[in-house]
Amino acid sequence: MKTNKNRDYVGVLSSVFAIVIGLLVGLVVLLLCNPSQALPGFFTILTGAFTHGMRGVGQVFYYATPIILTGLSVGFAFKTGVFNIGTPGQFLMGGFGAVYAGIMWEQLGPVHWAAALLASIVLGSLWGLVPGILKAYFNVNVVISCIMMNYIGLYLVNWTVRSCKPLFNTLRNESKNVAATAVIPKMGLDKIFPGSSVNGGILIAIIVVILIYVMLNKTAFGYELKAVGYNQDAGKYAGINEKRNVVVSMMIAGAIAGLAGGLLYLAGTGKHIEIKDVLGSEGFTGISVALLGLSHPIGVLFSGLFIAYLTAGGFYLQLFEFSTEIIDIIVAVIIYFSAFALIVKSILSKIKENRAGKEGGSEG
Amino acid sequence: MDYVIEMLHITKKFPGIIANDDITIQLKKGEIHALLGENGAGKSTLMSVLFGLYQPEEGVIKVRGQEAKIKGPLDANALGIGMVHQHFKLVHNFTVLQNIVLGMETVEKGFLKMDDARKKVMDLSQRYNLFIDPDALISDITVGMQQRVEILKMLYRDNEIMIFDEPTAVLTPQEIDELMLIMKNLTAEGKSILFITHKLNEIKAVADRCSVLRRGKYIGTVDVADTTKDQMSEMMVGRKVNLTVEKAPSKPGDVILEVEGLSVDARMEGHTKKLVSDVSFQVRRGEIVCIAGIDGNGQSELVQAITGLRPANEGLIRLNGKDVTKKSIRYKNTHGLSHIPEDRHKHGLVLDYNLAYNGVLQQYFEPEFQSHGFLKNDAIYEYAGKLISNFDIRSGEGAVTVTRSMSGGNQQKVIVAREITRKHDLLLAVQPTRGLDVGAIEYIHSELVKQRDSGSAILLISLELDEVMNLSDRILVIFEGHIVAELDPKQVTVQELGLYMAGSKKEGKTDEDK
Repeated sequence: MKTNKNRDYVGVLSSVFAIVIGLLVGLVVLLLCNPSQALPGFFTILTGAFTHGMRGVGQVFYYATPIILTGLSVGFAFKTGVFNIGTPGQFLMGGFGAVYAGIMWEQLGPVHWAAALLASIVLGSLWGLVPGILKAYFNVNVVISCIMMNYIGLYLVNWTVRSCKPLFNTLRNESKNVAATAVIPKMGLDKIFPGSSVNGGILIAIIVVILIYVMLNKTAFGYELKAVGYNQDAGKYAGINEKRNVVVSMMIAGAIAGLAGGLLYLAGTGKHIEIKDVLGSEGFTGISVALLGLSHPIGVLFSGLFIAYLTAGGFYLQLFEFSTEIIDIIVAVIIYFSAFALIVKSILSKIKENRAGKEGGSEG
Repeated sequence: MDYVIEMLHITKKFPGIIANDDITIQLKKGEIHALLGENGAGKSTLMSVLFGLYQPEEGVIKVRGQEAKIKGPLDANALGIGMVHQHFKLVHNFTVLQNIVLGMETVEKGFLKMDDARKKVMDLSQRYNLFIDPDALISDITVGMQQRVEILKMLYRDNEIMIFDEPTAVLTPQEIDELMLIMKNLTAEGKSILFITHKLNEIKAVADRCSVLRRGKYIGTVDVADTTKDQMSEMMVGRKVNLTVEKAPSKPGDVILEVEGLSVDARMEGHTKKLVSDVSFQVRRGEIVCIAGIDGNGQSELVQAITGLRPANEGLIRLNGKDVTKKSIRYKNTHGLSHIPEDRHKHGLVLDYNLAYNGVLQQYFEPEFQSHGFLKNDAIYEYAGKLISNFDIRSGEGAVTVTRSMSGGNQQKVIVAREITRKHDLLLAVQPTRGLDVGAIEYIHSELVKQRDSGSAILLISLELDEVMNLSDRILVIFEGHIVAELDPKQVTVQELGLYMAGSKKEGKTDEDK
């Protein structure tokens, strides 16, 4: 849909504004902790990702891959009118599907990794489907059913991994390594970013972002999904099957989050499903990414990269005896302020209005 | 003559539009001053400025000769300015008395003391002939009585200046007459009234002077007694307007819509109430059938059952001879049904979509606008351009305007344009001119007649008696879910029709005879 360019511009500007405020608060926190090291520490946050040249950049892409997709999952659901807080569960189920397939289906050979990713998509979409059906046909609040599904998923995965011998590494209390054939190919990225953990996952994530973007903005299906998201009654009036739409959009959101899990656990970087009673942070980070990216697929891509960039830089904060949690504080403040986007927008448009008033006098 | 309110040279701009451009309005003490203007002419903006909801870029407001800075409704209230909104602001599960004192409760040591309040309210109601039952729940009383409660609210707050925003839209003719009387009483007691309306009859009936706005500009103030209705409508629209619809006698053809024994139940806890009860009628090609009735007598539910927005509990609906009772909304939309819905914000528009996308709300999947699942944006915007120019839809940025930012009248025009332009056999128009100005009403009326003459069957649901009388070829009166009369508009007077609508007169033409 064509929109006013100005409005988009203001939206991006308000995100940038939130980022600047977030970083400033981070600086204040650093100053409070250790004033003498604060400035170098702050400099590290901004540039730390480049410490090891291209390897660092590769690391950013690696960190960004899952959160871009969980962010996309949340953002996509937002656009279609549901708040998908079930990403952690869908993410974990997707990861579990990938690990299960990655260990058990070794006979598949060269397409093994693709099949494992497919398994992650299927399980993720299943975990999105349930709240979707509950919402559409029984009017159960999506937020509540999603949170329930998160914990059902968490304990189900814990129990299955522990009780299924071929999956469980008893020594380390986590899942075993996936087969070498299930690891996602590097797709040439290891040549560009030598020594980093990056793999073809980031390319897959970008492709999914583009697919979702095209689907939402160029297709009749996306038109339907968004129409129902903006106004369910008008969707019904237009003859759109609004119940089916809710189910389908939750399924797609779940599938994207599931794929995120698959890409992380198949990255071949020693990531395993650990048996613990905590939901992975990647799912919840997705909400932040979606908020900062204004739920727009392309926005989500960049906000995911940005948060990954901060996380990568924050890793080096330890050199200055700061703890890496400061990055979490900064990200939280950024999200906090991007939630104020509306206020910022109105301030910005007022400034613009004043300026226009001074320059052009009357123009409408 | 002293003025109680003077709004001098008010200018209020919004991005891309000047809503009020150097507008001056002066309200004399004890007069009824009408504010007349098309939709989007800037009446609501002007009132919002008066209530401090917007700050004007230029101009001053003087109250009783003193310049006043009004920063919000509380300031306005303190200056004695009160307003009856088009949609009443009442708490439905409170009693009349509770609603009147709400926000100004008399308390003693933190406990309510209603006795004083009751006495004051009853005194006011006696003095101004505003009869109310102070202990009735708002949800149980008629719309006319609710309006009296709103007026009492203003009196209770000692408001000297009263603004009525399109107060007659929801009333029956009898109630309107009563309101006119009340307004005259109020001014006789020294109150001053600003009366916002598009209805020229009412201005003629009560107003002393009338100020006209057009497209944000101040056109002039006239003495109502020396000005004809035609002159006023010309001032408002900027051209001559034909106030009566000219149409040839109808030539009814095949039956397009057939409703048989239709009932709709309300699902309430424990028991069901019939909102539409055993309704049967037919609409033929080339005729306009109007269902007249006071709001809330089942017409909304009847329409929703026909369109499929709500299931029918009993009965049959045939469209073009085919039973469509159980068919999907999409099926009906693509098999000859066009529907101008009652609530344009709830059903008619996706407010966050732009004008062009709203223009194809039921057609985006047709080959004309879509191929292989992809939207043909060029075709969609071209189509929107056609709608805009054919129906004179005014918006800040043309086809890319987000409909939320458009004025109510222009939003309505988008819907009317879309539904009329679509291929259809039956046009179901529910209050198609609600909130529109004379120029647009004239246009939509003539368009409906044109549709009729080109062979559409039209089912019109309207609360406006003038519209019912002017447009319809047959009138069905609905009262409490029953069709109580079938009338010929040529042989019935407005007063009679009003009595049927109020349920005090019934006729035995339908089988629901009591």
